[in-house]
This record gives sequence, C-alpha cells and structure tokens, in this order.
Amino acid sequence: MVEELGTNTEGDLIINVGPQHPATHGVLHLVITLNGETIKKVEPHLGYIHRSIEKMCESLTYRQYIYVTSRMDYLSSHINNHACALIVEKGMQIEVPPRAQVIRVLMDELTRIASHELWWGSMAMDLGAFTPFFHAFREREAINEIMEETCGARLTMNYMVPGGVLDDLHPDFQRKVKEFISLYKRKISEYDEIVTGNIIFQNRMKGVGVISAADAISFGCSGPALRGSGVSCDIRKIYPYEIYDKIEFDEVLETAGDSFARYMVRIREMNQSIRIIEQLIDNIPEGDFQAKTKAVLKLPKGEFYQRVETARGEFGIFIVSEGGTNPYRIKFRSPGFSNLSALDHMARGSKIGDLVAMMGTLDLVIPDIDR
Amino acid sequence: MWSFSNIADIIHEWLNKTFNATLATLFEMVIAGVCVIGLFAVLGLILVIMERKVAAWIQIRLGPNRVGPKGMMQSMADTLKLLVKEAMTPDGADKFLFNLAPYIAMMVAMLLMAPIAFASNFMMWNLNIGVLYVSAISSVSVISILMAGWASNNKYSLLGAMRSGAQIVSYELSAGLAILSIVVLSGTLNLNEIVLSQADGWWIFKGHIPVIISFIIFIIAVTAETNRAPFDLAEAESELTAGFHTEYSGMKFALFFLAEYVNVFIVCAIGATLFLGGWMPFHIGHWEGFNHIMDFIPSSLWFFGKTFFLIFLIMWFRWTFPRLRIDQLLNLEWKYLLPIGMFNLLLVTAIAILGWYF
Repeated sequence: MVEELGTNTEGDLIINVGPQHPATHGVLHLVITLNGETIKKVEPHLGYIHRSIEKMCESLTYRQYIYVTSRMDYLSSHINNHACALIVEKGMQIEVPPRAQVIRVLMDELTRIASHELWWGSMAMDLGAFTPFFHAFREREAINEIMEETCGARLTMNYMVPGGVLDDLHPDFQRKVKEFISLYKRKISEYDEIVTGNIIFQNRMKGVGVISAADAISFGCSGPALRGSGVSCDIRKIYPYEIYDKIEFDEVLETAGDSFARYMVRIREMNQSIRIIEQLIDNIPEGDFQAKTKAVLKLPKGEFYQRVETARGEFGIFIVSEGGTNPYRIKFRSPGFSNLSALDHMARGSKIGDLVAMMGTLDLVIPDIDR
Repeated sequence: MWSFSNIADIIHEWLNKTFNATLATLFEMVIAGVCVIGLFAVLGLILVIMERKVAAWIQIRLGPNRVGPKGMMQSMADTLKLLVKEAMTPDGADKFLFNLAPYIAMMVAMLLMAPIAFASNFMMWNLNIGVLYVSAISSVSVISILMAGWASNNKYSLLGAMRSGAQIVSYELSAGLAILSIVVLSGTLNLNEIVLSQADGWWIFKGHIPVIISFIIFIIAVTAETNRAPFDLAEAESELTAGFHTEYSGMKFALFFLAEYVNVFIVCAIGATLFLGGWMPFHIGHWEGFNHIMDFIPSSLWFFGKTFFLIFLIMWFRWTFPRLRIDQLLNLEWKYLLPIGMFNLLLVTAIAILGWYF
C-alpha cells in the first residue's frame, strides 16, 4: 500500500508504530518508512477510536452534548465544556453571572496546569526517563482532588453548563487552591533540575523537529506547537472570552521552533496559569453561580462558531442551527488533529528516537484527534 | 578466622583425602558449577528486587510490598510466574537461533564469574590473564543480542539488535582502555593480584586524577555495555517496545533479564576490583593500627559492599537520566570518551613509569 504512494524504494524498512505502542499514548497508528535509523516518511493512520461524536451531538440537546465533549480531549474537559457553554450563551444571549465567569477561568487554568503536568511526565517518559512521571503526578493529584471536591469528577468534569457552572464551589476550594500554589512553587524547581537542565535532555530536544512559522501556520498548528515557532496565537489574547481581557498574563512565545521551544512554552505557560489563578483566587465575586435559563435551550437559526484555548491549542465548535433543540450539524476543530498533521514534515530526516520526542512535544491526545 | 578461602580449603582437603585426585578435581568442578548457577539465580533475584526498591525510592513510591516481608519475595513470585508461562516461538522466526540466544546470554554471564575474586584469595578460577578473559568473554554477549534480534523476525527486534551491536562494540574500547590503565599501574592481569597490589590503598586514591578519569570512563562505558539507561537504546521501550527481546516470553525472556542483571553485577564487581580494591579492606598507607581494625571486617563484605555501591550508582543513573539518541551515543564514544581514554592511558603510563603513585 505504501509502495503505491511512490516513496518506497528497495531496501526501505517500513514499521508500524501502533496502534498499540508505548510511545503513542493511545491507539494512534503511524506507518514510518525508515532508511536504517533515519525516518523518510511518517504516515498517521486514524480511526481506531472514532466514536462519531459529531454525529452523536446532532441528536443531543444543548444541555446534553456537553457531556460528550468531555470524552474528546479528556485532559482538558473543563475547557471543552467551556466552549460548549460559551457557544450556547452566545447564540441565546445569556448573561453569565460574574461569579460563574471567575470560577470558569479558575477551572480552565487549573485544567491547563494539570494537563501540562501530565504532558511533562509522559514526555520525559518518551525520552526514557521514568521518574519525572511520578513527580508530575504528585502535583497533578492535588489538582484532581480540588476538582473532585467541586465537580465530583476527576477527569470528565461536565461542570460548565450554559449559563454558568453546574454547582457552587466547595467551601474548601480557595484554601486548597492556595495550598496547591505553594506546593507548585516549591516543586517547580525540581522540574528544572531533573529534566530541563539535564544535558542529555537538552541535546535530545534542541534543534530537533524544527518547524518554521510559515509551515506551522500552513499545517494549521495552534497552541504551544505554533507559539514555539514564534507566532502569537493565544485565543485568550486574540479573541478574549469570559474575563480573560481583564486579567494580566503574558502570552508565552519562543522563536526557535524546535522541540525544546515547544517544551519551554508549556513550562512557562504553567507559570502564567499560576499567575492568573493568584489574581483571581482572592477575588471571586459573590452572587449566583448560574444564570436563570429556560428549561429548553434553543439556538436561533444560523451558524455559530466559538473558539477557546485548550492546553493543546485552539479548540473550536461550529454549529449550524435550524432553530431546534439540537444542532443540525456540529463540527469540532480539535487542536491535536492539525498538530499531528505537521508531524511528517517535522520528522523527515531525523531518527526514530526523535520522532518520539516530537510526538511528545506536540502533546497528542488521541481521542481528541479521532473523534 | 572464618573466611571463604578456609571453607574452600577444608572442602578441597576432604575431597582429596576421600577420593583420588582426578575424582576430587571433578567434584570440585561440579561444586564450582553449582555455586555459579546458585549465585546466578540468587543475584538475579536480589538485583531485581533491589532495582525495584531503588526505583520506588527515587520515584516517591513504595515499590513491591505485598509478597513476603516488605515485598522481598516479589522477585521469587515473578520468577515462578515466568517459569510456568508458555515460552512461545513466533512464526517465521529462525527457531534454532531464537531458542539458542538466551542461553548464550546466560552462558556469557556465568563464564564471567569465574575469575572474579569474591573474597580474600577466594575465586573459582585463579586465572593469570583474568582481565583479558573478562574483556574477551564479555564481547560475546553482543552475539546473543544480535542473534535474538535477527532470529525474532521482528523489525523492532532487528533495530534494537543493530543498535546494540554498534553500541557494545564501540563502548568496549573505552572500557578496555580504562581497565588497561589499572593493568599498567599494577603490572598484572590476574584479578586477585590486582587486589593484592592495593593493600596500601585503593587505586582510585593512589593513582591521582588520571585514575579517577579512568574510573568515570569505565562506569560510563560499562553502563553502555550492559545496555542500561541512559544507554538502553537496544531495548528503548518508548521507541522499540522492548528491542531485541520483544518476541521473547516466559523463561526465555527471564534468561535475558537475569543475564542483564548478572552482567551489571559482574561489571560492577570488576570495577570494584580494579578501582576500589575488590575484597581489600580500606587501608591507608602504613597506618598499621587503622589497617588492622579495618581487617576485622570480612573481605567478602568489603567486596559485596563495594560492588553493590556501584550497582546502586548504575541504578541511580537509570532512574534519573533520559535516553540518548543513537548518533549522540556513538558521538559520545568516538569523539569524547575514546580520545580522552587514550590520552589518559598515556598519563597513567607516565605515572606508572615514574612511580608517582603513592
């Protein structure tokens, strides 16, 4: 089959990485063509966990379809839910109470830190260092406990609903988050000691998987994968939603475009998220956590698009509404899918070990790519 | 005083009194063989549980803690499981080579135990070219890996085996040069005599900075030679699933696994013998009193203490460092370790000729 594509010549070694492989963190299937250890071509094959979520959403109401989106990018389910809530609010012009807005942003940023921490651990594991994984999970566990108390779930939160959030914050929330911030600040230096500053790690990351800004844009990369190439693309800055335009934080940019740049973007983004949380945690306004909404939500006839910045990049929802209780057509723009498409371009000419490092820095979550 | 060499002498005398000389020698060989197999199994079990406990300690975990006291019987249970597991041979594999490879790996590990001095004057084979023997035999282990990788009929295995071949062949040079620097200083190839040459201080203290450099090169090179992280490219689990032993299961896998751990023990034992004085207690020059007190600690304890310290060091590497890439690995050897090692050998030779060591 690969021969038909005309790139295979005599003596090439074709290897199936996946669908079951420790490096792909899910059921991604890569067909890689090798010349010795050097990669000539990477061809991702998708569809192993396609659950036709978009089609399912067409038969679900605007309250129900949120629960499905938690199962897409399971590491940033809050942010996916957030986008779902925002698009309904935009269509129906629902005013969200200020308390709910702050809670949503807090949850988004905690999710971002949790997601980046898991990414950090698993990426170090891709490079052969096992220990960082456990260090990362120690901090992530603190966030999971905070989430569990307020949302009742640790992974698929389903906490953000049209009009606000599902329930009020747990009384312990503020104290726990402050505890987490102090824990995080104590432990983040360990991250630098054990991974970032390691000479082997830097040699594995620097100058590897380079993608220029123009190429990254043309592949539709977003999030840290694009910001690592020096393109400003943070949705929170460009198309601010919720209260992001009132919060002070910097958009993290690196210019090298290699694996190390993408790595540093994520590490520095965690610090920015902490900065956002610190600004908000003592200033949660009193009031309702949910706006009064009609029992049955109906989006007016028309087309709607809402984008948010997840931990992996731009997540977009496009809804075509016929004015009914469920969408006529729904399309999700997932960051992972576009980022994965750049993998072949990055990987050509590098070694197998580097492919794993590149996949690590793209932070692929397979259920997000394959909906 | 009680020691291993006394026990060996008693057995030797009793055998020679009871049987004729030929039969006695035969029995001694059998006893030595049984000892090697026993040591092989026991070391494997100990090192596996040690690795898991060290890893757990580094990774803020508890490690195995269910089977036996503090989980110490876990590796026994694992071995039992591996013993009863079906050892499959994949379709399309070269059956003869596929099944032969793990035995060669094990055989090499066992052969390497022969010339090591485990305690004062206690070794299986007092070989006058012990160092040469160890360097020669340890090179054979690459054959078992290549064999396993080729015969498995699996592309991951093949890649792993090819990586491993390049790696072991390259790093053997550095390890050899590092070993050679001690041979130059002590003037003998016999491992027991090398230990005896350190009676007034271990080489790492006596030999100035060049020997310390040799020691560092040796540790790096043997870590690579035994395919341990950060040089575990042959079985890079995130790239090649399990490298050359991807297709192995059951006891055939266990033999590779045990051989790897026993190889770690052996290279650490060689390192301890060459640089840290082997079974020789910690002696300082002519401080008779101090040296005498140190002699009270049994020599076997000294040997195993030093060896396990080095093993701990290598385990520490594994759970701390990320893995190198194949080209970086070869660069490190051919561009840095080998030239430094060669130059260092010249320095050591100068020190040895001029008698500048303590």
